[in-house]
Parts: sequence; C-alpha cells; structure tokens
Amino acid sequence: MVESPSVTMPLAPANPLTASPLTALAAVARDVASARLVALGDAARLVFRGREAAVGPAGEAFGVALPREACRFNAAGGRFAFWLGPDEWLLLVPDAEAAPLFGAIEAATTGLPHALVDVSARSVGIEVAGEKAAFVLNQGNPLDLSLAAFPVGMCTRTVFHKAEIVLVRHAPDVFHIDVWRSFAPYVWELLEDARRELA
Amino acid sequence: MTNRFRTASGGRIDRAAPLSFRFDGQTFSGFKGDTLASALIANGVHLVGRSFKYHRPRGFLSAGSDEPNALVNVARDAARAAPNLRATQVELHEGLKAQSQNRWPSLSFDAGAVNDLASPFLPSGFYYKTFMWPAGAWKRFYEPKIRAMAGLGVAPELPDPDRYTQNHAHCDVLVVGAGPAGLAAALAAAESGAKVILCDEQAELGGSLLSEVSATIEGQPAAGWLAATLANLAARDNVTLMPRTTAFGYFPHNLIALAERVTDHLATPGAALPRERLWQVRAREVVLAAGALERPLVFPENDRPGVLLADSARIYANRYGAKVGERAVIFTACDAGYRAALDLKGAGVSIAAIADLRTEVSGELPARALAAGIDVRPSTVLVGTKGRLRVSSAQLAKVKNGQVGPAETIACDSVLISGGFTPSVHLFSQSRGKLVWDGAAGAYLPGTSVERERSAGACRGIHGLQRVLEDGYAQGEAAALAARDHTSPARGATPAPATPSRAFAANAEDLGSAGFIGATPHGRNPALAKAFVDWQNDVTSKDILLATREGMRSIEHVKRYTTTGMATDQGKTSNMNTLGIVSEALDTPVPKIGLTTFRPPFTPTTFGIFAGAARGDVFDPLRKTAIHDWAAAQGAAFEDVGNWKRAHYFPRPGEDMHAAVARECKAVRASVGMFDASTLGKIEIVGPDAAEFMNRIYTNAWAKLEPGRLRYGVMLREDGFVMDDGVVGRMSADRFHVTTTTGGAPRVLAHMEDYLQTEWPDLDVWLTSTTEQWSVIAVQGPKAREVIAPLIEGIDLSKEAFPHMCVREGTILGVPTRLFSVSFTGELGFEINVPSAYGRAVWEAVYAAGERFGITPYGTETMHVLRAEKGYIIVGQETDGTATPDDANLGWAVGKAKKDFVGKRSLARDAMSAPDRRQLVGLKTTDPKVVLEEGAQIVTDPAAPVPVPMLGFVTSSYHSAVLGRSIALAMVKGGRARIGQKLMVPMPTHAIEVEVVEPVFYDPKGERLNG
Repeated sequence: MVESPSVTMPLAPANPLTASPLTALAAVARDVASARLVALGDAARLVFRGREAAVGPAGEAFGVALPREACRFNAAGGRFAFWLGPDEWLLLVPDAEAAPLFGAIEAATTGLPHALVDVSARSVGIEVAGEKAAFVLNQGNPLDLSLAAFPVGMCTRTVFHKAEIVLVRHAPDVFHIDVWRSFAPYVWELLEDARRELA
Repeated sequence: MTNRFRTASGGRIDRAAPLSFRFDGQTFSGFKGDTLASALIANGVHLVGRSFKYHRPRGFLSAGSDEPNALVNVARDAARAAPNLRATQVELHEGLKAQSQNRWPSLSFDAGAVNDLASPFLPSGFYYKTFMWPAGAWKRFYEPKIRAMAGLGVAPELPDPDRYTQNHAHCDVLVVGAGPAGLAAALAAAESGAKVILCDEQAELGGSLLSEVSATIEGQPAAGWLAATLANLAARDNVTLMPRTTAFGYFPHNLIALAERVTDHLATPGAALPRERLWQVRAREVVLAAGALERPLVFPENDRPGVLLADSARIYANRYGAKVGERAVIFTACDAGYRAALDLKGAGVSIAAIADLRTEVSGELPARALAAGIDVRPSTVLVGTKGRLRVSSAQLAKVKNGQVGPAETIACDSVLISGGFTPSVHLFSQSRGKLVWDGAAGAYLPGTSVERERSAGACRGIHGLQRVLEDGYAQGEAAALAARDHTSPARGATPAPATPSRAFAANAEDLGSAGFIGATPHGRNPALAKAFVDWQNDVTSKDILLATREGMRSIEHVKRYTTTGMATDQGKTSNMNTLGIVSEALDTPVPKIGLTTFRPPFTPTTFGIFAGAARGDVFDPLRKTAIHDWAAAQGAAFEDVGNWKRAHYFPRPGEDMHAAVARECKAVRASVGMFDASTLGKIEIVGPDAAEFMNRIYTNAWAKLEPGRLRYGVMLREDGFVMDDGVVGRMSADRFHVTTTTGGAPRVLAHMEDYLQTEWPDLDVWLTSTTEQWSVIAVQGPKAREVIAPLIEGIDLSKEAFPHMCVREGTILGVPTRLFSVSFTGELGFEINVPSAYGRAVWEAVYAAGERFGITPYGTETMHVLRAEKGYIIVGQETDGTATPDDANLGWAVGKAKKDFVGKRSLARDAMSAPDRRQLVGLKTTDPKVVLEEGAQIVTDPAAPVPVPMLGFVTSSYHSAVLGRSIALAMVKGGRARIGQKLMVPMPTHAIEVEVVEPVFYDPKGERLNG
C-alpha cells in the first residue's frame, strides 16, 4: 500500500480515482530498518518562476517564504518551498489540492512577471530513511551526502542512476526523492537493489 | 603432497584453520590466510600455467598483483567462473576450485608447446608479415586460429548470476596503499581530523610489513606496530579502512575508482552481498603510497617454474610459511637477494649460492650472508637454467672485463632473482602527472603533479623503513592541511622535511636504490637463448633487439611491435628492463627513449563492476504511462519509442498484427476508437511575453490566436529544416499548452531554453515541462462526441460552441481537464488531458462509456495508418532533418508576414526553394495489393545505366483496410509537379510501378473532422 511518511508529511487519505506508479512495488517492499523505503502519497506541486518583484508576494501567498539561498528549502505549516534555481521554486504541500494554492498565488502576483504551473501529478515522492539511507542513495547519486556537505534543509535537482530527481534532506536520516512518475519504478527498483545487502 | 614445503611455524596463516581446495582436479590443503599461490607452493607445486605464445611451462614469478604467469580460472559453478585471476591474489577458501589455462590436453603435456620449438619462425611481428595472404584470410582463418592458440582464459558463456554494486564516496584524504608509508599517511591525516579512506589491494592491510620478521618500529616488532596502528585507525570515526580494494583508475578532478572484492574470498557468500563494489571516490587530496615492484633479471631461461623474484620468495616464507624449494640459487643486482637469502635460510631453505652482478659487494646484508656461510659470488651472472617442468640447475659464470667466463652448473630447485625495485608510478602517471628520470635512483619518479595528489614512500623512490614512515606521515599531514585549505595551490609532493614532523624509530635493513635494468650478459648464441623480458606476452630480449634492428626508436613503437608491456599486467615487471635493453642497443640514455603510458585499470577489472545494477529491466529507465497496465491487461503488444513503452496494437485471440490493425482502423473510421497519447511531449509556456516567444520559436503566427483555440505549430532549426511539430493550445493571453513529438520532448525544451537564456533573456516567459503532468486520452471517430458527452461537465460540446481545433477547461468525472478538439486521424476527435494520477480512472470511464458504440482501443500502428491516410506527416519519418516546411507540404504554416523566427533567414536561401527539392507526395501502386517497402528508392527507369538517377524514397507505407488498397508517402524530387506521373520502385527481383498522387488518400476535403 502506498503510504506517507513520518512527521514531515502526514498520511494522505487515498483518493479512489488516483493511482501511483509505485503501488505494486511498495506493496512488496521489504522492511529494512536501516533503509526504509516509503512511497509518498498525493501532494499539490506547483512550479513558480518569475522576476524578483514576484518572489516576495508569491511566498507570502503560499505561506512560506521562497528561499533565496541556493539548494535550500523553507517549510511551515506542512508546506514546503524548495529552491531549484535562481528564479525557480518547487512548492509542495502533501495531501492538498493544487487549485486553491494556485489561485491564491496568482491573485497575489497579478501584473508581476512570473509563471505558475501546476505539476502535482508530474512526479511522485519516495522517502528513504534510516542510518543507511545515504549509503543506499549514493549507489546511484554522486553527491557528498555527509551532513556537512548536504545538511538538513538542503534540496537539489540531481540524478539517481539515469533518472533526474529532486533530492531533499528532511532529517539526518530522512531523505525524500521527487521523481517524474514514469521514472519512479526505475528509481524504486534500483533503491531496492541498493538495499538488498541490508538486513 | 601435504604441505611438505610449509615451515614449522610462523607466518600470518592460521594453522588451526586448514582448508582443502582443488587445482586442476587434484585436492590439496592449505590454511586460512593462504593465497592459492602460497598454498600451492607449500605443496611443492610450481608449474601452474603455460605461456601465451610459446606454451612454455610457467610457475609463480611474484607474490602479488604484478604476477605475469600464474593466471588461473576460479569457478564456483559454470556461470560463476572467473578466468585470468592471478593465483597470487586469490585468497584460499574451503572448497576453492581453480584450473590452469592455455594448455591442452594437460598442464604437464601441452601440445601447443610445439610453438616453443618453432619459435625461430615466430619472432615478434611475425603475424604482420606472415599472414598477409590470401587477402581476407586474416579475419576468417588466421586471427581465430591465433586467438585460440595464443590465449588467456576462457570467459564463461552463461549470464553472470552475481550482483555488482556501485557506490560514490567523498573524503578529505584518500590514501592508496596500506604499507608503512600509507599507514603513516593515514595516521597523520586522521590525527588532524581529516576524513580518511585507506585502501589496499591485499586481503590484509600492512603491505611490506606483513612479511617483516626482524624489523622493529617504535620498539615493537613490525607486526605488533602494524596491529596497534590498524586498531588505532579502525577505532576512529573519520577513517574508513578498505582491504581487498584496488585503486585501479585515476580520473580527472581527483575521482579515483576502487574495486572492492566482497565475496570472492568467502566459501559460502551470502546471497544478499554483491560480489564486488565499485567505489567512485571524490577525494580532496590523494596520497599515493603504492610502494615499489621488484624487477626480475633478464637472462636465458629465466622463465622456468621455480624461478621467482627474491623478495616474493621471502614473502612466501615469512608471511605464508611456504618455502619455494629446498635449495635455491640467488641471482641479484642489489641487497634484496641477500635479505631474501638470510630469511629463507632461517626458514630452512638451503642457499646454494648468491650470484651478484655487482663487482663490489659490501654492506651489512652481504656481510651477514658471508657470516652465515653462504657462497657469495660477486661479478657473477646466471647464463641459463635447466629442468623440464621445474628448474633443476642454474649455470653460473664469472664476468671479467665484460667477458663471460665458463659456466658452472649448480643443482637447485629454485632460482631467486632481484634486479632492484621499480617505484609503482602507475596511478601517478594515470593522473597525468609528469614522470622524471632520476639517474641516482635509476628510476622514473613522480615529478610535477596535475591533480591534488602527492606520492609517499617507495613509490617516489624513498627507501629505508624509517624514512618511508616519516615521509608517509609528512605527506599525510600535508594532505590533510591542503584538504582543509582549499584555496592553497597545494599540489604535489611535499619535500621530505629536514626535521620530520614526527620521527619514527624504526630498525630494518635498508636496501638502498641499487639495481640493474636491461639484460644481463650471458655469452651464449643469442639465437638459441630465450631471456624473457615480458613473461605474460612471451617477449624476450631478442625480440626487443629485433625491434631496434627493424628501426624502432621510440619505446611506444617497440612496445607495439613486440607487445611488451601490453599484457594484462601492464608491464609491471617488464617496462624498465625493456627500456634498459633499448637504451643499450641504441646507445641512448633511458630518458631519451621515453616511457610508455600507464593506462587504467591498474589490474584487470571485471565487466560486472562497470555494469553495476544497470542490467535487465533497469539497464535504462523503462517509462510507462498511467494507462500502460490497462493496455497490458488487454493483451496489447508494445513497442519501444525512446524509453517509453507504447501500446503497438491490441490483438484479439487469433489476430495477427495485420488483422488487429485493420480492425482498429475500421472501427475508428466507422464508430470510435481510443488511443493513449500520453507520451507526447508537453511544455507549458507562461509569462507576459509568451506569445512573443512563440512567435520567435515557431514558424506560425501566434499573436492573433485567441485563448481557447488550438493551432498546429512547426518549429525549425536555425538551418531552416523542420525540427519538430505539435498542436499548441492557447489557454489564456499569457499561457500556452505546447505539445511536441514523443521523442522530441527533451530536445525541444532544451532548444527553447537555449534561445531563452542565451538570445532573449529579456523576455518575461518561463518554460515548464508538463509531459508527465498530463495523461492524454485521444477519442477519435464519428461517435467521439457521444462517448464523452455524458462524462464531461462545464464544457459545451456542441459543434457550434466547440468546433475543431479548440481547447476548453472543465471536468471529467469531476477531474479537471483540458479538452482539445483535435484529430490526428481525420475523424471527429477529442484529446482529453487529465492529471496523470487520474489517467487510468478516466481512461476506464471513457472505455465504459464507449462500450455501447463498440469503442476500440488502438495502438501506435493504427495511429500511423490513419494519419497516413490523411497525409499527416510524422517528423522524423517523412522528414530527415533536410526538409523545409514547404518540402513537407507545411508551407501554409509559415507566417510569411512575420519579421523573424528561428530558421527564417535560412529559408530565404535560393536552394531552399529550388523546384527540384524533394517534396512530399503520395504513391499508389498500380497493383493495389502491393505494399511498398519503407526506405525503397524511386526512379523513372530502373533499366537506366548505372548509376540510376534516384528521385527520392518511400517514407511511409501501409495497407489501408478502409481504402482496401496500399498507400504510401514519399519524398520525391520535384514531386508536386510529378503528380499523375508513373514512377518505378526498384526491388532486388523486380520493379514496382507507382503513380504519384496527392498525399491525402481519405476525405481530401476534411469534412469528417467536424463530425
């Protein structure tokens, strides 16, 4: 069953009309305490891009200031704003509808050059958690995942094997992956392969 | 044979843990801690292989990764078989099964040994000269035969059932080699807080300290200091110790590849463990502590089983408690021979004589040898050895004024040789660092660094245990400092400090840097004496001399001509002696001859480690749409389109593809079909300047397109040729929903971003890929509107309110949708865009709603036929990157009044509108049953003299069930002017007559689009 993780994202009630590409894989996932693998539930996802003037109002309307520091995210009230580029943010709210958020941000940025696009269904989330999470991720990702180089609060667009992902560190041992849905089974299967040697 | 050559005690083997193993079918016993080589030697076995070219009997030459001879096949089962493993690196485990290679029918009687007798006819380069005739025979006959004859091991034919994983790691200081220099470097770096990885190719860390029996460090025996140091390092959080891990490649920006062997040494490895792990380590600083490799001496018959490197014989005795024989003759050019003689004598091997190439023999070690009663003979060479499958005697002769005197035969069962030590500079050279010839050391040493690395200890010519430890510590400390201070231009070895930052008290013999390179004199007929330089590739000193006589001057040419240094051992034992021989033959100093390039891998590396997890279904991402599983459950056949799996057709029981496609086509034309178009690329283009951006990127005009309307757009490259196409919806004044071809999606987005970022950064517009946001369900056919009507809310579907080529937003099943009235079939059609999480549910609802109309799911093949009936092109099928819009009948889509767009200036060139350009036309075969081959050429007269002028080629060809005949699209020179003409399509056996027609075969007026 697709479920949602820990404190960072509350469990989403299953919508009977939606389907995750990970449902079947998650159902047979092995329970590995040192590297748990969780398919995350539905979420509202918006890509916000724009000129400087629109950034502040967008953050205010979203309820989380858009981070200006590269590769960092801000979070408040179960909402997340991930810095993906100098003028690009991914806004994510687990278990929420995109439309009201979209409307609120559009209303606050009317007349200010920007682009807001609903990409809620474009990707799915995977949580990799446990003391061996970084070891598992590093089998397909070349970044230095030590806490010094990739601290809690960091996010970045990167790769897992041949798939592009957004990688987020919520806690020392808790990472989230956001991956385009058709690549999700590929990423999941390679994560499973990577933790095969773990008990 | 049960360990007859095992010492009574000592060594690092666990005598309480006996192991049994098989070699060439015979059972032997050894101990935990043995290598296959040490266990065989302890059992008196030296004959372990046949040489590459001459099939000469061969034994162990060394005790490490430099071993050229003892290549074996180790197999757990038929699939888990690894050829060409160096027996000196194969750790013994219970039940290990190994086999010798390159021999038939058996190791002791090998039919291929006839090559040895024929050797006068097989000089180096012989295959360049001998196998030239008849032309073509090389590939068919000679090469396969030579490969079978001159072989290494045989690769298993079954898929490898083992797993290999790949890991990335980062550290401040990577130390390669865990001998005394590496240990001291790791200790220093670790003590200063750096994150350290220490790796070593051997099963145990310690390097030369593992075979020290008399040396002391800090007042302790070397073994005790080693154990304490390893415990100290292991206890630190900032240190990772990696035994069985070979640093095999040094890549730019301090990326070092390590191969960790995880399970080969285990008798019963757990199924969950990978066999090997690739570690890609990005290190801030690297300390290379690779040590030095002992050099053999080049003299006649130096390749008999029982001839070993002297220090290797000492390692077998001291570390493994294995005696290489009962009576040894030693031939040396340095003190290593004496050290080996003393230790072996201590282990119970009698030393028949030490022949020393040097005229003057002095110093502590020779003095101790003399005191021990060993027969020491200065100015003496070995001029040959005898023995069939094992050395039985050595011929010693005095050298006086360059003249070799008469030989004296001394009986022995082993000959131990030492020409000194060659610093292991492989990784330094791989890092593109410059090697510098050091005349005093008689060696190439690391010079200027390119990467952030430094060498320490013997690999940079430092000798003597105390100096090596102090150098290692200094380099480790400097590396840690440089890793912290990234701004310092800290590159290269730190000069050994006058007063070491940490002094080590060490007591051990210092072998100095004495040695010899080249071939030793022997005074025998050179035509009949084989003195091996490269054991693995069977290259003798005679071959090197032949190369110089044939005019080779550069070492690179000598290497390629003779193949010396080109074997899997990368010339570890042979490179320097080759240089010495060439230097003498050409009377040119060594540095003038050059040095061959050291290439990765340092030792042979499995393919598995490079493949890693990328095999089977996860070799590449295998992309599936939200509707894929539904199609699979319906029995759809799939085809690969890029990384996507797309439903190709939906065969019913008993149907082949032809029958299924015919049925699907008819259903769409007669009633209604549905098609998963989700893989189409989609890009949302948003911002106040969106329309301006569209105007510049596409040939079409966009300013006047009203929100709520669709338009077919064409995009050119800068050279004016069609790059991609797709339907675009204007959602609002500042928002476009762009679609691209399935395969073109990433390319189009990159093309757009490129222009936006580099040419027009002033435009207020942003691009977001929405390919995976939307599932796209095409509902096509006269009944399409009736099928979707009950499901749609908030959109007036009437003909008047929602004509062809419009987009409306509403809901379907309560799910927000962007509904397109668009057709790629020529029928009334809709494309339902819904967020892909809902794709499956909406698809199933549409299917259910369509059942009363017999709704027919169809695949890409039917889609292709239907669009071809309408003459709709597919970019990449009708176009090949050399078609202008006009060539492809898309001239109408070019906004002639537009000031500019990408490709406009190129289109203005005369050649782009020449009347004889290839143009899109339709073809009808005179015989309607004949379906043309796609790609077939088109001519006017197939009987014309060769070369027959080509007019063009068939781009699409199908049987149209609806039309009851074949149809084809083609690009033909001046095609539009040829409409009505008959042309010919030549095939291998006959030519097919065709008529050139308009490329629209069905409903040419387009009346069906509006339903």
